[in-house]
Amino acid sequence: MITRRRFCKNALLVAGGIAMPLAALEWFDPKRLHAERKDAAPVRWGFLVDTYKCVGCGMCVKACKIENETPYDADVSRTWVERYIVTKDGRTHIDSPKAARDGFIDKRVDLGEGRMETIRDEDIEKAFFVPKLCNQCDNPPCVQVCPVGATYQAADGVVLVDRSWCIGCGYCIMGCPYGVRFFHPVYHVAEKCNFCYHRISKGMKTACVDACPFGARLVGNLRNPDDPVTKVIMSERVAVLKEEYGTKPQVFYRGLSREVR
Amino acid sequence: MNNHVWRPLNVALCIIALILIVRVVAVPRDFGIHDRGYMYGWYRLGNEKEWKNIRVKYKTNEYCKECHREKYTELLSSPHGRIMCEDCHGPALGHPEDPPTLTINRERKLCLRCHSRLPYKSSIRGNIRGIDPDTHNPGAECVLCHYPHNPLKEAQHDHAAKVL
Repeated sequence: MITRRRFCKNALLVAGGIAMPLAALEWFDPKRLHAERKDAAPVRWGFLVDTYKCVGCGMCVKACKIENETPYDADVSRTWVERYIVTKDGRTHIDSPKAARDGFIDKRVDLGEGRMETIRDEDIEKAFFVPKLCNQCDNPPCVQVCPVGATYQAADGVVLVDRSWCIGCGYCIMGCPYGVRFFHPVYHVAEKCNFCYHRISKGMKTACVDACPFGARLVGNLRNPDDPVTKVIMSERVAVLKEEYGTKPQVFYRGLSREVR
Repeated sequence: MNNHVWRPLNVALCIIALILIVRVVAVPRDFGIHDRGYMYGWYRLGNEKEWKNIRVKYKTNEYCKECHREKYTELLSSPHGRIMCEDCHGPALGHPEDPPTLTINRERKLCLRCHSRLPYKSSIRGNIRGIDPDTHNPGAECVLCHYPHNPLKEAQHDHAAKVL
């Protein structure tokens, strides 16, 4: 004979059991989950910039401009190096003359239009260099805004521009929160860093990585847990630029400071 | 239905048909949705190959070492060992066929990229041995006194004589 109490207890137990998904009983291995992501591409290119190591020699910018045939004397570049000088009065001075193509050999800060600002050595609180390049975002806003499908993300994560398809409307140049895109003065289309796609797809490193004598720049495959870049990103303190934009940048920085924009 | 309704409708249908025909001709076959889906992967697949086919200009030290092994080993064992040959000599391109000779850049500016003293403690630039370009032998080429392939050595005098 079933009592009301037993009936209610069993009914609740069965209802609770049915409501519980099987997956809740599974023991998850985070590493395996990470590996079994929906897009099973074997390669996802990522980049690591070590701002402690950068000395502002600008060899990377020079190599990039020559390798990717960016007009050398035009004020455009796929990559550049910024100098940050924070003075004791709390002001931040930022410059990147000619995208740092010729390095930083002058103590004075370039204010543009030929004006220079002298900063006394004893006033400097901290000073450092930050190389910038395309972040090859996982959620690239530049691709979303393209009205013709001329800019896109390849399976390995690199965002490319189809020069024969681009109409030069400039939406992507406006849409990039990092300002890495520009209008190519020769081809009259949008232009950006593509991690030297012709080099990385041949097993080489990007021109800027090869040109850097200090190892401040590294390129690697984020899907390979043994890649030196992946190892640093997984085990050390790294940051990305403008995380709040939700673009999921794939260029990681060691030693980023709050002054860096 | 009356004729005056059909006539503009026919014109509209003709225009639509024309646009569709032009679309088939003008849009490449490999244009469509690829790996990253409609939002990020809507493009012409052939373009990936076009980017991959761009000529490599910087061939790296592994290429230089094929012929200039003695220079390569000398550089590698010096404090300048991590500098790529092509940083100073320019991209190898098709050297030695094209171009047959690479530049030998003896400009002060080249050395000053790292060795112009900037007092930045929070960057390793502050630790590099540097000079003030305005007071340290202004106008003189660095290679007159310093040997770039191994800065620990003094300038080779035959080399310096050649420069002068």
